[in-house]
Amino acid sequence: MSALLLATPVLADGVIGFNVDALAHNFWALTVDGLTYGAIYALVATGYTLVYGVLRLINFAHSEVFMFGMFGQYATLMLLGFAPSGNAYSEGTLLTIVYLGIAMLGGMIVSGGTAVGLERVAYRPLRKRGAPSLAFLITAIGASFVLQEFVHFILPKLTNNELGGANAQQPIVLVVPSVQFTFLGASVTNIELIIVAAALILTFATNQFIVATKFGRGIRAVAQDPVTATLMGVSRERIIMLTFLIGGVLAGAAALLYTLRVPNGIIYSGGFILGIKAFTAAVLGGIGNLRGALLGGLLLGVMELYGQALFGTEWRDVVAFVLLILVLMFRPTGILGESLGRARA
Amino acid sequence: MPLLELRDVTVAYGRIEAVRGISLTVDPGELVTLIGANGAGKTTTMRAISGIRPLARGSIWFDGRDITRMKAHDRVLAGIVQAPEGRGVFPGMTVLENLDMGAYGRKFDSKAEHDDALGRVFALFPRLDERKKQAGGTLSGGEQQMLAIGRALMARPRLLLLDEPSMGLAPQMIQQIFRTISEINAAGTTVLLVEQNAQQALSRSDRAYILETGEVSTSGPGKELLADPAVKRAYLGVA
Repeated sequence: MSALLLATPVLADGVIGFNVDALAHNFWALTVDGLTYGAIYALVATGYTLVYGVLRLINFAHSEVFMFGMFGQYATLMLLGFAPSGNAYSEGTLLTIVYLGIAMLGGMIVSGGTAVGLERVAYRPLRKRGAPSLAFLITAIGASFVLQEFVHFILPKLTNNELGGANAQQPIVLVVPSVQFTFLGASVTNIELIIVAAALILTFATNQFIVATKFGRGIRAVAQDPVTATLMGVSRERIIMLTFLIGGVLAGAAALLYTLRVPNGIIYSGGFILGIKAFTAAVLGGIGNLRGALLGGLLLGVMELYGQALFGTEWRDVVAFVLLILVLMFRPTGILGESLGRARA
Repeated sequence: MPLLELRDVTVAYGRIEAVRGISLTVDPGELVTLIGANGAGKTTTMRAISGIRPLARGSIWFDGRDITRMKAHDRVLAGIVQAPEGRGVFPGMTVLENLDMGAYGRKFDSKAEHDDALGRVFALFPRLDERKKQAGGTLSGGEQQMLAIGRALMARPRLLLLDEPSMGLAPQMIQQIFRTISEINAAGTTVLLVEQNAQQALSRSDRAYILETGEVSTSGPGKELLADPAVKRAYLGVA
């Protein structure tokens, strides 16, 4: 319950009425904002989908991989000399992009490392023992708590209370939202442009990697037929590690983008809701399917904002999870429905 | 020195021993066949050689080295390559991608070398050339078998393991597959073949082993076994 309350930054904005007019009037504004969140969901959803593709495992600790990325990019900014003050920094466009790039890299390294470490410590021993899939699921949930509580209780002790603890980090603001142009009456901010552009580039790059490189072929081979993949000389263990790494790196990138949109969302429990939504996005698009993660993410992003306009702000998460339940009930394979294995080049 | 040697190999699934103390050898350049009824342990033996099933007892030697504990994917690099039972074609990959999976562990010095390797497979199976952009899952059974063998050849095997290549194929296609296997063997690749089609397999093999309930019951030159009355009765449908 506390996790739910503390994750409210996701809901923070938008004071919109309880009617169809609100949706109609703000349709494009809601769409732009929805696509922004959706792009972030898509990046995180890719991690769920890739791991599911090769292991048939829902890595529920992926939300904490994302959360570690938020702290990773935050710590990187602190190392670069930024401090959480009430004011926004103004470093000029070029320098800001460089700093954001470095922070994103920091988030990617921390998240990627966390994901690979999680795989080695939590999942690999179970695999070696041939544990049933329920054991993996429970371990994932357990690992999720361990990672949260690490940031909650241990990280503050390691960092002289600079990082972690019960409260959200004071924001370090490098980019102040400013309207760049208007599109059908909806204003589009610099932050929204950065998020959508970065997410699309990363998604496209990931797709190319999976489709066109040797290791990408290896991932698809293991997803389609692990035994035959081994007979082709593919090391399944190495592919599994690579898969966790890619998912982690994308979650780290998403973490930076998310904190641009929700600067006060950096808290130990801050991955929880977003993680479930990204999982919803993955299921909506078709879990195991890369393009499904993108489609499901964007779709979920806009639909929950439309729902928020229709029913009220506090219903936003409800809309997302009702959608999850409906998909699971009526089309459990998702919209695109194919698995990573069958995804064609 | 044999290229492959199994010494007293036992493989168990739980408490059931599917293969019980098998010893066999394959010399360089030979075409050797394992025949036997369903459940005799043929596929289990192949899986053990490729390293997918661990041994309960015994050891496997390749080129004078004990590879009993070598990882499956490393055995491919060492030169043991298998076209598995059921073909194992990756359905969502194109024919070309499937072939490149065969060369996964192989480093080509140049694109020309890669194209050369592909060219050899296409020379053997022109049909694959025609369908190279097609998804593996859309091929016919015979074409999938060609793809499975072609893919294994892409790895430049020193020992080619073929598990029931004739399974589920039309008689004409069976003829063609066996002819190609003889060609591959004649070109210098050592082949260990598992077959239910005993007539074809024995007539083309240098030597053969007959497996019965996980043990080697008979072995000898292919032609000799073909003439053996007991073998005839059990595997060739001759009364």
